[in-house]
Amino acid sequence: MKDAIGNVQRILVLGGTSEIALATVVKLTQERAGVQVTLAARPGERRIAAAAALDARGMQATEVDFEATDQASCERAIASAFEAGGDVDVVMVAFGLLGDQERAWQDVDAALELVQVNYAAAVGCGVLVAARLRAQGHGAIIAMSSVAGERPRRSNFVYGSTKAGLDAFYTGLGDALATDGVQVLLVRPGFVRTRMTDGLAAAPLSQTPQQVADVIVAGLQAGRRTVWAPPAMRWVMSVLRHLPRAVFTRLPV
Amino acid sequence: MDSRRSLAGWGRTNPSVASVRPAGDDAELARLVTEAGPRGVLARGLGRSYGDAAQNGGGVVVDMTARNGVLSVDTGTALVEVEAGASLDKLMRLLLPMGLFVPVSPGTRHVTVGGAIAADIHGKNHHVDGSFGCHVLSMDLLCADGSIRRLTPESELFWATAGGMGLTGLVLRATLRMKRVESAYCLVDTDRCPDLDELLSRMAEGDHRYTYSVAWIDCLARGSSLGRSVLTRGWSATRQQLPSRLLDHALDFRPKQLAVVPPVFPSGLLNRATVAAFNEAWYRKAPRERRGEIQSIAAFFHPLDAVAAWNRIYGPKGFLQYQFVVPFGAEDALRRCIQMLSDAGQASFLAVLKRFGQPSPGHLSFPTPGWTLALDVPIGAAILGGLLDRLDEEVLAAGGRQYLAKDSRLPSTAIARMYPRLDEWREVRRAADPRGVFASDLGRRLGL
Repeated sequence: MKDAIGNVQRILVLGGTSEIALATVVKLTQERAGVQVTLAARPGERRIAAAAALDARGMQATEVDFEATDQASCERAIASAFEAGGDVDVVMVAFGLLGDQERAWQDVDAALELVQVNYAAAVGCGVLVAARLRAQGHGAIIAMSSVAGERPRRSNFVYGSTKAGLDAFYTGLGDALATDGVQVLLVRPGFVRTRMTDGLAAAPLSQTPQQVADVIVAGLQAGRRTVWAPPAMRWVMSVLRHLPRAVFTRLPV
Repeated sequence: MDSRRSLAGWGRTNPSVASVRPAGDDAELARLVTEAGPRGVLARGLGRSYGDAAQNGGGVVVDMTARNGVLSVDTGTALVEVEAGASLDKLMRLLLPMGLFVPVSPGTRHVTVGGAIAADIHGKNHHVDGSFGCHVLSMDLLCADGSIRRLTPESELFWATAGGMGLTGLVLRATLRMKRVESAYCLVDTDRCPDLDELLSRMAEGDHRYTYSVAWIDCLARGSSLGRSVLTRGWSATRQQLPSRLLDHALDFRPKQLAVVPPVFPSGLLNRATVAAFNEAWYRKAPRERRGEIQSIAAFFHPLDAVAAWNRIYGPKGFLQYQFVVPFGAEDALRRCIQMLSDAGQASFLAVLKRFGQPSPGHLSFPTPGWTLALDVPIGAAILGGLLDRLDEEVLAAGGRQYLAKDSRLPSTAIARMYPRLDEWREVRRAADPRGVFASDLGRRLGL
């Protein structure tokens, strides 16, 4: 149960090796000792390192196996966090794939993998988590969307379409849960320099995971439903959404 | 009809959604308790605890205010039997004309008897009369198995319930010993104290002569004025002490409501400058020394009740109340706490200081002999800097504790250090409620 000044006690991260998620956990907990963090991710070096990094900051990280495309695995991971003792204050839906865009729109397996992970699994986890948070009468979901879902671009529209779907689902989920004491926060970052974008040329207004985390935590504590990172991206995207296609497709984005 | 509602404490900080049911008769309540789901059941009165004590997210919250009957009054023995949902306001309106006053009154009349027992509340007379639970002769407790037990102060469960924050069962009725009074007025002495030293010495040497004693401290005062304050102490006025114009209405109790704070209150109005101006005016208007002033019970005990919904002045982010007690002898710790608050320049109104007398027998009762300070803290940037954590440390190091009825932010690790009888309480609770039917957000947050 979170306290009056927003200190949380228990966090579940689905996609527990996400750099944005880990930066958010650090920012949100202010490194307050004893916060329980469940990192749901594939087993391996990265998960071990993520847990060690949180432990070193005085938190208590628990690793659980999580395979987004395996529904039973999603159910097990979520159950283990919610049945471990106290209430879960925050759930981050932070798993996702960027994929190879050029392959993704021409290769059915590559396209469907993006859809399965970024959209279908995100919806499945959303349904499971919503039921848990409703039952405890409080809590928050942070869902990682993307500005790529706001207006599809030639350069990554398969990824963008999965994020558009996720965005629509969690927007509606926020409305559905509004009277249940559950906040759903959609996060629409622009280009973030992480493992996922390693090797890509940085786009304008690019961000670090810490900058995104700052935006997320401020939005969470202010009770917002949608945040953009950087916040100015909201107005950039608003303009881009309204540009005529002839102009939009010629932009170097 | 969907009974799910969002509930918050008086500080309006961390709400949760629960299924809110109006209290029916005993049988109906027993059914509710025995059929409770995994999130359990909790009684709620008038919602005046500041934090999450009267919330039970995802579970059932029983609104006890419908069970507000006064079942019997014996003016000879001053014993009354009341339902748990009856408010102290109601008891005063009904019983003051009969010459009976509540034995303990907090800073508001708008609390229920059930809530007063659950928090084992204290008042300005704690140094002589003890806590609310000390004036309860018996209570009927609806237990987790659906049975109703009549508890008296000889039983352990009685003292686990008084101060037990509603986590041992549902109080249905209680028999209280009221205080006999000749009037609905108090005879009040006021002293203005220019600094903390003077205040503490005046209280230490003079409090025992008064039934009621409390000091209001200006926490924004600095330097040599640190702890400047207005000390008000008094007794219930006898008929002989009343001026002749009041004699015909000596026991009339008609508190006035002066204002209601609107639902949306401009949050910028409460800032350091306005609060400092308010505190200054309040200090200057107090007489340097006045003896024997006649004040109504409402004016003396419940000045804030004149402004309905005053909790809205802190804006949508809400506020918390920080109340701690440190033992006698730890005056230096008290001074450091006031210094920290003064340094932080918190836009807080006055803080309230009082001396506690004998500890209450309740396992989790807050009062222990010492100095207790309470102040409102708006949720804002200043407290995010760890001010309250540093205060916690100071209080803990001095062997002090905080009041659960006010708490909304203590770390669970602090509780066992503050309440050494916590394990004893847990034992009694486990025996009375092995399945943990009675639950609250406070209980979950603190791991009680």
